[in-house]
Amino acid sequence: MICQECNQRPATLHFTNFSNGEKTELHLCERCAHEKGEMFMMNQGHGFSLNHLLAGLLNIEPALQPNTKEHFHQEEIIQCSRCHMTYPQFVKIGRFGCAHCYDTFKEQLGPIIRRLHSGNSVHNGKIPKRAGGTISMQRNLTALKETLGELISKEEFEKAAELRDEIRALEKRLAEQHRGGE
Amino acid sequence: MSLERFISQAVSSWMSTEGPDSDIVLSSRIRLARNLSQFDFPTLATNEEAFKVTAAVEEWANSGSHPGASRFEMVKMNDIQPLQKRVLVEKHLISPHLAENSRHGACLLSENEEYSIMVNEEDHIRIQCLFPGFQLSEALSAANEIDDLMEESLDYAFDEKYGYLTSCPTNAGTGLRASVMMHLPGLYLTQQINRIVPAINQLGLVVRGIYGEGSEALGNIFQISNQITLGKSEDDIVEDLKSVVKQLISQERSAREALAKTSNIQLEDRIFRSYGILANSRIIETKEAAGCLSDVRLGIDMGYLKDISKNILNELMILTQPGFLQQYAGGPLRPDERDIRRAAMIRERLKMEIKEQ
Repeated sequence: MICQECNQRPATLHFTNFSNGEKTELHLCERCAHEKGEMFMMNQGHGFSLNHLLAGLLNIEPALQPNTKEHFHQEEIIQCSRCHMTYPQFVKIGRFGCAHCYDTFKEQLGPIIRRLHSGNSVHNGKIPKRAGGTISMQRNLTALKETLGELISKEEFEKAAELRDEIRALEKRLAEQHRGGE
Repeated sequence: MSLERFISQAVSSWMSTEGPDSDIVLSSRIRLARNLSQFDFPTLATNEEAFKVTAAVEEWANSGSHPGASRFEMVKMNDIQPLQKRVLVEKHLISPHLAENSRHGACLLSENEEYSIMVNEEDHIRIQCLFPGFQLSEALSAANEIDDLMEESLDYAFDEKYGYLTSCPTNAGTGLRASVMMHLPGLYLTQQINRIVPAINQLGLVVRGIYGEGSEALGNIFQISNQITLGKSEDDIVEDLKSVVKQLISQERSAREALAKTSNIQLEDRIFRSYGILANSRIIETKEAAGCLSDVRLGIDMGYLKDISKNILNELMILTQPGFLQQYAGGPLRPDERDIRRAAMIRERLKMEIKEQ
């Protein structure tokens, strides 16, 4: 049997995939399978590293989602417009090519990030002064609004009024920053 | 060169000074991963881009806005010999990856070697602070200070949702890896360590042997670090690690007390035998040396051995590695020659202790 991908080398790896009751088969040579990032499934004999583990994690994900009929065909390979890294490449090396990749692969990334970080998906730490822009002010505002809600439910209206003024001032400053930035 | 002079030049601050709880926690380290938004990450960056990253960091280093008295010296991987790189790796100042596989890799070292900023490793910038003893919070604020100063003139890749964007998604968010190096002979001798390691893993922390990933714990030295970098604040990550380390410290102390009570003479025998081997052997392998050094350090901490300085373990663990031995010898050595050199260095170092009395 000849590899379906390159139509040159003999196919040594055979995949069978069942999804939505439909059976798909794929026959690949080792090189093409590797390029497709499927290696994790039969990763024997090679040194096992964090990268392999990560590659495994990255690759399992699509199989868990419904509508993966097209999984093997991958007609549309997602590619980062800035550094030209493709999703299969990312899966293989477990590293992004540039900061823009986080945006390019955002749909695939969500579940991966949650899996790697115990279910967490949003940064909750330090915000850089310059690159963070108004994010810290916005975060502060959200926190203040939450406190305001708590104060109102506890009927502590005097404190709530003070806090409301503070929120208004912050919102005003934020609006000014936005205007200034444009 | 005399051994004394060699040591004084080779030893970083964390090896020679004592910190809080340094009978058990040898060192505390904080690492922050940062990238510059305008360049591709080092994995894909062109040579030209990698060069520009190094140049940008070098310019920052020369601009002079650094905390305290610490001046930074830039060491470029292309400019130094393989043996010098190996020595930097053995001192935990740079990673093997930076030494061997980086393009335009460099590091900024502070004079006391408490700070080391790697450039063009897996990420553009990795700020590291290595402090003696149990000083995680102190190391975190020191690293933050450098981070803030760098951010003043360098454009970081940052995203509201995913925080600091890193080359590998396992570091995204805070980009923070906090770790401690702990000497836990009591837990080993009382056979508790095999139960404790899996328990620590379940808490989202990673336990490793001293020399990084995948190696067994040589000389009862374990490195414990956080796994998760996203979703928790820097302070929470450090506090969570600290609370586990505190528990380990108290368990190690009670294991040592129990050992002294139940098998005092056996313990004393073990310590003095190990001392005997270190003081007299003519050939010694890394593994045996590490085990004996662990026993001797335990003996010092528990008062069986007097008049020997505590930092002998930290120092000799580092100095008896292949790179240092060859640097001291002034040239390459075969493994069997290293074992002879190692034994000689340890004997000589112990003699220095006796002289000083």
